[in-house]
Order: sequence, then C-alpha cells, then structure tokens
Amino acid sequence: GKTRRGLINQLKAVVGQGPLNEDAVMTIESLLLQADVGIEATETIIETLQAKLKEEALPPEEAIAYLKTILQDILDQPLQNQNNDDFVPEKDTFNIWLVTGVNGAGKTTTIGKLAHLTQKSGYNCIIAAADTFRAAAVEQVKVWGERTNTPVIANPGKNTDPAAVVYDAISAAKSRNSELLLVDTAGRLQNKKNLMDELAKIRRIISKQAPEAKIESLLVLDATLGQNGLRQAQVFSEAAQLSGVVLTKLDGSAKGGVALAVAQQLNLPIRFIGVGEGIEDLRPFSSYEFVEALLNG
Amino acid sequence: MFDALAERLEDAWKKLRGQDKISKSNIQDALKEVRRALLEADVNLQVVKNFIAEVEKEANGAEVISGVNPGQQFIKIVYDELVKVMGESNVPLAQADKAPTIILMAGLQGTGKTTATAKLALYLQKQQQTCLMVATDVYRPAAINQLLTLGKQINVPVFEMGTDANPVEIARQGIEKAKELGVDTVLIDTAGRLQIDQDMMAELAQIKETVQPHDTLLVVDAMTGQEAANLTRTFHEQIGITGAILTKLDGDSRGGAALSVRQVSGQPIKFVGVGEKVEALEPFYPDRLASRILNMGDILTLVEKAQEEI
Ligand SMILES: Nc1nc2c(ncn2[C@@H]2O[C@H](COP(=O)(O)OP(=O)(O)OP(=O)(O)O)[C@@H](O)[C@H]2O)c(=O)[nH]1
Ligand SMILES: Nc1nc2c(ncn2[C@@H]2O[C@H](COP(=O)(O)OP(=O)(O)OP(=O)(O)O)[C@@H](O)[C@H]2O)c(=O)[nH]1
Ligand SMILES: [Mg+2]
Ligand SMILES: [Mg+2]
Repeated sequence: GKTRRGLINQLKAVVGQGPLNEDAVMTIESLLLQADVGIEATETIIETLQAKLKEEALPPEEAIAYLKTILQDILDQPLQNQNNDDFVPEKDTFNIWLVTGVNGAGKTTTIGKLAHLTQKSGYNCIIAAADTFRAAAVEQVKVWGERTNTPVIANPGKNTDPAAVVYDAISAAKSRNSELLLVDTAGRLQNKKNLMDELAKIRRIISKQAPEAKIESLLVLDATLGQNGLRQAQVFSEAAQLSGVVLTKLDGSAKGGVALAVAQQLNLPIRFIGVGEGIEDLRPFSSYEFVEALLNG
Repeated sequence: MFDALAERLEDAWKKLRGQDKISKSNIQDALKEVRRALLEADVNLQVVKNFIAEVEKEANGAEVISGVNPGQQFIKIVYDELVKVMGESNVPLAQADKAPTIILMAGLQGTGKTTATAKLALYLQKQQQTCLMVATDVYRPAAINQLLTLGKQINVPVFEMGTDANPVEIARQGIEKAKELGVDTVLIDTAGRLQIDQDMMAELAQIKETVQPHDTLLVVDAMTGQEAANLTRTFHEQIGITGAILTKLDGDSRGGAALSVRQVSGQPIKFVGVGEKVEALEPFYPDRLASRILNMGDILTLVEKAQEEI
C-alpha cells in the first residue's frame, strides 16, 4: 500500500552516514513490526545493523542493502549445511511428506498444489486423507485428488483414527510403488494436548511403518499470522519432528514476518510459499524475494 | 512468561518509589512496557500508538492508591482503558422487524466463516428460532458439502445451487427460499476472500446490495497479526460491517487482533469461537480479552481489592 511505500522512501531519507539516529531506528522498527517480525526479532535485527554502522560508515543505499542481508541470512541459516538447490522428493526412493498446522492454515490446498507439482515433474504420487474430523475434509481432499489425478486413500467412516488411515496409505503407497505419499492432517491448535499427541502418534507410525522412507514433516503457516506463529512452530516441532515450513496466503498484503523468528529460533527452512487458491499457486521459497517484498511492500 | 509485563513494569517504577502521583515524566518507561506488551499481543502498531496516547492522557495526574504500587495502579488504568475501547459485552445479533433476519458472513480465507455460520444457527435454534443457511461459496473445493454436513449435524436446512451458479444469484434465491419456508433467520455463508482482491470484494458488495442484510459480520481469526487492522478497514470501507466474530480463541494466541478490529471499525465484537465443534460459540466479554491481551490476571485482582478498601 501507499503507506508502506512511503516507509521505504522515508527509510532512505532517514538513514544517513554512520550510526542510525532515533528517526531511522523508529522507521526501520515500524517497517519490521508492521510486517509481523515481532518486537524481539526486530530489536535484534536493528542492533545488528547498528553495530555494523558504528563500525563502518555506510552510505544509505548500502546500509539498506546490509539490512536486507541480515534478514536474508536469518532465513538462509537453516539451510547452511544442506544442498539447497531445489526442494524435491528424492528420486527412486519412497518419500513421505507429512503436512501439519493449525486450523485453516492451508494444509489441504497445499497438498493439492504439491500433488500437482510433483505429478507434473513425473513423480508417482498418492495422498492420505488423514483429516477424519472436520466436516467434508475428505471430500475436499478428494476434489484435489481428482484435479491432479492422484489417488486418495481415505477411510469412509466418520471420526475414525487418522493414524489408521496413514497406516493404510503407507501400505497402499508401497504396493503401488509410489515415490511420494502426501499426508493431509486435521487442523489443530498447538495448545490442545490430545490433538498434539495424536499428531505425534501419526509421526511415529510413519517412521515405524516406513523406516526406509525419506520423511519431510512440514508446518503450514498462514502469512496473516502474528506472533502465535512462533509458538505453533515450537510445539509442532516437537510433536511432528518438523523439517520445514510452507508459508501460505502470501498473495495477500500480509508479509509473514513471523517466519523470520521461526527460521531463527527453530532452525527451520521455509520450503514453499502459497500465493493463491489455484492449483499452480505454489512457489519455491526464495529468501531474496521474501525480503524484497517484506521491505518494499 | 506469565506476568512478564507486570515484572518489567515493576522495574520501570522502582526508581519512582515514594512518588504519590502519576505524571507525564514518571510515566514514560511504563508506557514503553505497555507498548511492548500490546505489540507482543499482535495489536496493530498504529492502533497501539493511538491507545498509548489515550492512556497517557488518562493516567496523567492520577492519585496512587495506598497499598498498591504505582506500577500496579498504572496497569489498572491501562486495563480499564482497554476494556473501554473494546466495547460492550453481549451485543446481540440484529433482529429484523419483519422476518427473516438476514445475516451475512464475510472474511479472509480459512478464518472460520462456515463453522461460525453453523454455530450461529445452532445458537439461534436453542433460542427457539428457525434458520436457513445459504451456501454461496462455489470456489473452495467441497465448501458446499461442508455446510451441508454441518446443517445435518444441527438439523438446519441448507440452500444451495451447486458450484455452477453465481453466488449473488444463490444469495438472492436463498432469501426467497427463507421467506417461502417462513424461517426467522437466514445466514449466508460466503467464500473466503482477500481484501485486496477487487473482483471478489465487488462480488461480496453485490451480494450485500442484493440481500440487504441486517447484520454483516466480519469473521476474524484471533491469531491474526498486524494485518487485522488493514483487512478490517477495507472490509468496513468497501462492504460495511456491523459486527465481528473472533474465532479460534481456544488457542493460546493473545488476541490483540480484537483491539485492532474494534478500533478500526468501531463495530462490536459479538461472539467468539472457542472450538471446532458447533457448540463452541460464546458471547464476547471485553474484560476477559483485555486481561488476555495484557497477559496478567493476578495483579488486577490485587488492584481491585485495594480499590475496594478505600
Ligand atoms: N489467498 C490464498 N488462499 C489460500 C492459500 N492457501 C489456502 N488458501 C485458502 O485458505 C482456506 C483454507 O485452506 P485449507 O487448505 O482448507 O486449509 P487447512 O489448513 O486444510 O484447513 P483445516 O483442514 O480446516 O484445518 C481455503 O479457502 C483455501 O482456498 C493461499 O496461498 N492464498
Ligand atoms: N479451534 C478452533 N477451530 C476453529 C474455530 N472456528 C473454526 N475453526 C476451524 O478452522 C478451520 C477453518 O474453518 P472454516 O469454517 O472452514 O473457515 P472458513 O472461513 O469458512 O474458510 P474458507 O471458506 O476456506 O474461507 C476449520 O478446521 C474449522 O474447524 C474455533 O473457534 N476454534
Ligand atoms: Mg484441511
Ligand atoms: Mg467456508
């Protein structure tokens, strides 16, 4: 919007030679806070920038570039020791991607998009409809199965044990020689102990039933989220042994700044972004683009 | 974590021990802590600024109650202001002079509109009112099916025309159906939409224009961050809302979005969602949410006690 564009111009105007004055700090602070970066992470980021500028007098353009580097480094850190070219299922291996998150974050839609993307790239894919709770959740994921020509393993009964569905889906995937099993799970708020236990059980069954599989456990975070996103990542991380994050709804005007804190504190890489409700609206995550969008509005 | 604000406020006031008045100069550190607490609770930055300015005015010159330290006294001022800004509790749904009352649901994707539609229908049914729910979400896979399933659960009829029909037309015919059935209230579920999606916002405006609802409720996820203010502003400007429902309050989010929604729209929060089940709907209590946002309960009880003793 207008005000945000105003902010970055303002930023250029207030960042002078040498250390940031109070005006500049305030401007950067409001930019980051309004992107949901959170007050703690914001303070750390500004301190890092300030330390650099005290050490070395940078012209405004370079100071802003340095700020971007700080942000990008936070996002890239979790991938430091990994080959981070493309995040794809491993070929000639059985891959299982477990998709988790709070209610309404965009899990099922992301499953649909992932099925499309991987089918298109020639993977033999299958979906487990392990949300056995929400009204018409199975029907929803089945529509995505039809759209993407992906078989969906579901239990026709209502309120059945989701772990049983996952169990069946792993057998089905193996007998069909599938390369990728996508597991849709019910939305759950991280403070619901029984539901988090249920998720932990699903995660255990996956390891146990498919010890040979390459497992990715993804948390779907809504970019509209505020600071609760960090709490979600903490608790889901434990229950589901998370290995990455998908940030959805970035086609809106929310910036998803809480992802910075998630990357930093939990060392979780962001793998994909959701940029719409359509089948093609999933993109690999780019820290460069994310930071540009965060600061430029 | 708990009462972190109270602890930091304590520090802010330490150097002021012995002072018996809250003044502009001795209040600054404490205001900073309140600002921080509100930001941590996801209250929108601009809303925080306005709120702090208001508190500063209120607090200036307040007498400190004996038996309470100025920090605690100050929290009470902040809390009271927060409750005031948050508006009334228990604002009922609109009621048409002549049935049916028409209620339109609106909001971003995944906030809980469809669930809240069923929750409201059940709530009204418990008050001996008859309802019809109208399924206008032709976009999201199985959205109609979701509403039909919920309708069956609570025994409330659902009007739908499949996914090939136009949402505006579905809404229009839904109202006719409601009149034909003679129900007391008709609830219109709509597809989730981003406030920056002009086509979808135009569609919603057209639905509203067509059905002339008595209540237009913005459904907002309690976990929403800074965006709560922007989305509320746009929905209010372009559609015109008459109230809000705050969902997923059964989580552990601090719910600062509530303050943003209320401040920006000036409209009351009518209900809160506290679970996935259709029964999980409660009236809104501003005092509870104020404590939740400030993340402190005990200290308030203490201040209240001290106040009673004078
Ligand atoms: N604009 C936008 N909407 C999205 C995106 N991803 C998902 N949605 C929408 O968000 C809503 C919720 O998506 P779902 O995929 O049903 O979310 P979920 O996490 O499976 O929800 P539950 O299973 O109920 O917890 C739907 O209306 C989706 O179309 C995105 O990247 N952008
Ligand atoms: N825990 C909890 N979950 C809720 C609450 N309200 C809704 N949900 C869940 O949130 C998710 C999304 O709810 P929906 O009613 O489908 O949301 P919606 O706004 O209709 O979504 P779209 O139509 O896709 O925009 C579902 O998993 C619901 O069960 C609530 O108050 N608490
Ligand atoms: Mg789902
Ligand atoms: Mg819906």
